[in-house]
Amino acid sequence: MRNLLKYFRKDKNPSAALAKERLQIIISHERIHSSNRANLLTSMQKELVEVIARHLNIDTHKVREQVKFDFAQNDGHSVLELNITLPDEDIVAAR
Amino acid sequence: MNGKHVVAEIIVVTSGKGGVGKTTTSAAFATGLAQRGNRTVVIDFDVGLRNLDLIMGCERRVVYDFVNVINGDATLRQALIKDKRYDNLFILPASQTRDKDSLDKEAVGRILNELKQEFDYIVCDSPAGIERGAFLAMYYADSAIVVTNPEVSSVRDSDRILGILSSKSKRAEEGSEHIKEHLLLTRYSPTRVERGEMLSVNDVLDILSVPLLGVIPESQAVLRASNSGTPVIVDSESDAGQAYTDAVARFLGEDRPHRFIENTKPSLLKRLFTKKREGVSA
Repeated sequence: MRNLLKYFRKDKNPSAALAKERLQIIISHERIHSSNRANLLTSMQKELVEVIARHLNIDTHKVREQVKFDFAQNDGHSVLELNITLPDEDIVAAR
Repeated sequence: MNGKHVVAEIIVVTSGKGGVGKTTTSAAFATGLAQRGNRTVVIDFDVGLRNLDLIMGCERRVVYDFVNVINGDATLRQALIKDKRYDNLFILPASQTRDKDSLDKEAVGRILNELKQEFDYIVCDSPAGIERGAFLAMYYADSAIVVTNPEVSSVRDSDRILGILSSKSKRAEEGSEHIKEHLLLTRYSPTRVERGEMLSVNDVLDILSVPLLGVIPESQAVLRASNSGTPVIVDSESDAGQAYTDAVARFLGEDRPHRFIENTKPSLLKRLFTKKREGVSA
């Protein structure tokens, strides 16, 4: 009898919606970590160092080692963290 | 060569995940292209786990295979098996060798080039996974049919494969025009989608954003076809067969509306009386 009732009840099982949500999260995460995105991060890092070198009189090779990129994902949002450490003596006033 | 194509087109049927219907699709698609008058060859890239021959119903006529041709033990002409239904359709079976490294990139390219002289379409049935066989099946492709089930692991693997197609293929390496991607959603159940139990066509399209080539409904006709070694597209009465026919037509540039996506909602009485004919379209 319960099965019969179940059959006639218009029960919207939400599992497909859950599947979609989980997929969207994991796939966007994996796309960022895929090789293409890794290249993107490397080239972004390179370009940023170039931009900094354009404005500050610095040794680009030295600075490159001090630029740290970090990609983190917390619940619901992603954080792209960029950390640049400039040694005091390298920072000369803008040209 | 019937002169329809100046340059033959290489199509890879791929998915990442196993068991989603790559071989069923390769067999159906190659047969569909042949039905429309194209000289077509379908190649099994699943070295060690040959199965396309069974689905095409030519397993007892395999003498030489892909690896024999690569090693020069047989000519292409000797290894190609002519389909028993269509004389413009040929099958190149995979080897049953356990040596996975028997396929080599240059040799595969050489054989594909040789086939290009003779055929309009070369369909490459990729093995599951992302290893050598799968890589070589897609490396030389001009277009890709990504076979996906409306299910989380299959969708995720398809996304991975799409990434590999756009970064590791010959076209990607040369920086030439991208491989043309097509999504084929298989084992689709409109009834379960309606109940919210299964990802819908639009859900999958939202996630993968690849043009939809077709939706093949979950159908008893597919098992029936493989039982008898007949590509399901030959069963023109069946829903899956018709869905494949539509997909082939779309691939060739025809504009056909998608069928078998909506639940046709038969009345209870009709459902009781048509139960026996499931797998046959109304």
